[in-house]
Amino acid sequence: MSAVPDLSRLEPGQELPVRHFKAEPVQLFLYNAALWNADRIHFDHPYTTQTESYPALVMAGPLLGDWLAQAANDWVGDAGQLCSFEYSNRRACYVGDALRSVGKVRSVDVATGEVVLELAILNQKDEVTTPGTAVVRLRRA
Amino acid sequence: MGVLDSDLLARIGTSAAPQTQLVTRRDIRKYSVATGQRQQRYLDGDEAPPMFHVALFWPVLPLTELSANGVAIDPLFPDVPGKRPMAGGIKIDFRLPLRPGDELTATRTLTNIYEKSGSTGALVFIEVTMQVHNARGELVLTEKTTRIMR
Repeated sequence: MSAVPDLSRLEPGQELPVRHFKAEPVQLFLYNAALWNADRIHFDHPYTTQTESYPALVMAGPLLGDWLAQAANDWVGDAGQLCSFEYSNRRACYVGDALRSVGKVRSVDVATGEVVLELAILNQKDEVTTPGTAVVRLRRA
Repeated sequence: MGVLDSDLLARIGTSAAPQTQLVTRRDIRKYSVATGQRQQRYLDGDEAPPMFHVALFWPVLPLTELSANGVAIDPLFPDVPGKRPMAGGIKIDFRLPLRPGDELTATRTLTNIYEKSGSTGALVFIEVTMQVHNARGELVLTEKTTRIMR
């Protein structure tokens, strides 16, 4: 985790730490088990590749959303809180993909402590699979 | 109006039966491990990470009610003739943290259906809003899911 963000020094364009994610089947299984999600495209390889014609097992969309939320929430840490968060699953991610979350500061309101973050999951081809936005509130020092 | 007929539009405002669930430390810990959380309060289950409610309120249906591909059909999202779901987005407003012992009630409502023209024809947007309240009646979070049909 990074250093605590300092509201008085934040500027638009400042980047959040990059986090790398290996899309792998054990985590995908545990995630869908935690949800109770039995969608075959997440665990049944013959069904997924032959019947649904995907290249590999498909990563769960809300898991990618969770990774984006972590990018914002971990950056804030104890210095404030996550107020709102939105994302969309624009492009599928697959088991075997090398993914990473990125983010940067879009705007800073020093009076309220409100900071808007632009977030994205990218794949190994540098395609944005999952864009998102978060609003966080930092405590003033 | 294009593909949206009055029967479809009349479904705006429909709610599913409210669902109440108990937050447990074990469920938080399982979710935190499965999502790769890095903050100790989540890994220990003292507090739930931001997206935990997705797991808490995922439908638990008899096997016979799952479709052949293992999917729990969401009755709030109507079929739109000639359209297939292609993508979606989620927006969440967080109000209060979730902790073990919290008894939370989710109410889901079909809040909007609207049409936009796209390059490959009309796109239909369907919005379902979920509000989660605690046992004291305080709003814990609001989640708006938008499904895009092409």
